[in-house]
Amino acid sequence: MPFGFSGGIHPEESKDMTRGKPIETISAPEKVVLPVIMHIGEACAPIVKEGDTVDMGQMVAYSDAEISAPVHSPVSGKVQKIEDALYPSGSKVLSITIKNDFEDRLHSSIVRKKYSAMSQEEIIEHIRNAGIVGHGGATFPTHVKIRSALNKVDTVIINAAECEPYLTCDHRLLLERPGEVLRGIRILLKALNLKKAVIAVEANKEDAVKVLKEKIGEKKDIEICVLNTRFPQGAEKQLIYALTKREVPKGKLPVDAACVVFNVDTAAAVCRAFEIGIPDIIKTITVSGSAIANPKNLMVRIGTPVSDLIEAAGGFKQEPNRIIMGGPMMGVGQSSLDVPVIKATNGILAFCEKEDKISKNPTCIRCGRCVSVCPMGLMPIYMYMYQQKGMLDECRDMDVESCIECGCCAYECPGRLFLVQSFRTAKQLISEARLREAQRQN
Amino acid sequence: MSGFSRLTLAPSPHIKTEEDIRSIMTDVVIALMPALAIAVFTFGMRAFIVTAVSVLGCVFFEWGYRKVLKKPSSIGDLSAVVTGILLAYCLPVTIPLWVVIIGDFVAIVIVKQLFGGIGKNFMNPALLARAVLFSWPVMMATWAEPRTALPVFKTPVDVISTATPLSYLKGGNMPADSIMEMALGQTAGCIGEISAVALVAGGLYLLYRRVITLRIPLSFIGTVALLTFLFPKGGADNVQFMLCELLSGGLMLGAIFMATDYTTSPVTRKGQIIFGIGCGALTVFIRYFGSYPEGVSYAILIMNALVWPIDKYTRPRVFGTARHRIGGR
Repeated sequence: MPFGFSGGIHPEESKDMTRGKPIETISAPEKVVLPVIMHIGEACAPIVKEGDTVDMGQMVAYSDAEISAPVHSPVSGKVQKIEDALYPSGSKVLSITIKNDFEDRLHSSIVRKKYSAMSQEEIIEHIRNAGIVGHGGATFPTHVKIRSALNKVDTVIINAAECEPYLTCDHRLLLERPGEVLRGIRILLKALNLKKAVIAVEANKEDAVKVLKEKIGEKKDIEICVLNTRFPQGAEKQLIYALTKREVPKGKLPVDAACVVFNVDTAAAVCRAFEIGIPDIIKTITVSGSAIANPKNLMVRIGTPVSDLIEAAGGFKQEPNRIIMGGPMMGVGQSSLDVPVIKATNGILAFCEKEDKISKNPTCIRCGRCVSVCPMGLMPIYMYMYQQKGMLDECRDMDVESCIECGCCAYECPGRLFLVQSFRTAKQLISEARLREAQRQN
Repeated sequence: MSGFSRLTLAPSPHIKTEEDIRSIMTDVVIALMPALAIAVFTFGMRAFIVTAVSVLGCVFFEWGYRKVLKKPSSIGDLSAVVTGILLAYCLPVTIPLWVVIIGDFVAIVIVKQLFGGIGKNFMNPALLARAVLFSWPVMMATWAEPRTALPVFKTPVDVISTATPLSYLKGGNMPADSIMEMALGQTAGCIGEISAVALVAGGLYLLYRRVITLRIPLSFIGTVALLTFLFPKGGADNVQFMLCELLSGGLMLGAIFMATDYTTSPVTRKGQIIFGIGCGALTVFIRYFGSYPEGVSYAILIMNALVWPIDKYTRPRVFGTARHRIGGR
């Protein structure tokens, strides 16, 4: 049995609140807000106008750039406005607001597609047109990932680690819809022209492993691998290492280690795009945290305001101090509930004041805990010091660009330093400097 | 659905470990208490008073310095308390209280605060202060006979003095005390260094609480053990000599509580082992060939000065950079 990687942490799992709760579909929202970019790559341009009537599943924003993914409406209704709106990152992004007419009229493009009768190219094109992006949170367009992996990889890994505390949506997906996941994986295998995939699951999901194994039965195309429960076991590089003992070379991608990784919910979305024909308009999300009255796993349509999700989970039982989109380790803090669910949303967490551990004077005491937990073998203590002093060359030499921003270092830091923020800043400044240098040389 | 009074907007991660600087320092203080109990048993209440004065002096100087320079107060992290206790532990119980105060000033203001406060000192504050206090060599080497009455506040005069086990060893003889007496703390010596048992108990507590790892203490003590076992002085029995060296002087206190100080030790695994070995080797070297009977303080101070180069040359391997692991098939 493969194990893990060096470093990492064991935070409180905090999954008991929701791991036993089946996924609930919440009622459709009154309106949806669809940012034109919910993925890595080029933003889409709206292809509808204010006042247009749209159907459920209709494409509403598109870009013909290679690294992009179209946006579809998850409801039928009328386009109310197209303007900049608050995006979960805190900035404003052009968004299409659609008022739901609650008729759920399916668009004519929603048809079942038999993938076994399609060629590789057709499958990849269909995945592109369905706007499917990585559901693990990174939202890289799936069709691009497949294309870049063609004839270059020998190992397909399906990431069901879900190593972030609190989140249980992937776990529930495996328990409740294993068939959907497996069929989605088989479609991906056909697209890649490969014969085998391995689903990586953390040891805290033994029940899901059983269900999957039963569903796979005698077939040999999909294997299950159980990994030690540790954060960040689900991080791509660490996952690849745990399963294959290959390290993705510094600065490179999984394809350079002959591997390709897809999140388990991405596989489910791929299945739905063929079996039902619907594009990427649905997300499973865990709503949890000490401030939430009834933590739940929900199935929602993208574009739903986060306030609807909180309501569906019983609202706040205590005044929230922090609201997070994502997991507690790598999620993004929110300043408002008036943001939409996007393709990257896996969790909405709300915490109370007394859990907050912030210091008025973050101080480094050189304890070295950050160094011992870094899964990438970096030295946060010195990277932080160099970044604070503006010594970016030294910072780059300490390989800050290899930082995966998992947060293990800042989690352990007794001085409560904002380490991840420091490294994000350093990476940004270094890449800006590199760009300026490249422009100067031209 | 709005109407929150206040939301905290901060970068990830949004959960953190329970431990902070204050909880770590509290654990260290707890770990140092068994040694204090033995010290009071062996030397009387004066041992407690010297320690208490040292702690109050350190806290006062840190508070005062930060206030005068209009910096945020840092005494809440309890690191000044730890420094106060550790400094007291490296002094003889007969030390005049005003000398203790001077030591506190050197440790907190000069070694620590002038360099920027906690995390920024480049040498162990208690040890460097103790080195400065050797400017009063007689006071630093007046050893009281255990279990004799000593004035609690006034400076002792006409002390019934005695030789410490370490001074015997320096002279090439075996100490008059038995191994058991040295282990339990019924010998002469500095306040906190006499009982190996009490110090090891504190060390085990710190290991359990994950405040320290075994790397530095084990490599430090192990190196001293190995060298003194292989090269006993004065033709004594190897094991006997080794045990005497291990249980005398400030070795246990230094290896468990001083060399493991976060700020002045390396952050890398390999670096910590090199550091421990270096401390051990220098301790034996100074004890054998130096003019002081005690080598631990100076060994640690010398290794403190080497911490940054040690860190630089023992950088862990960055993921994705080992040549034989790159790529696929």
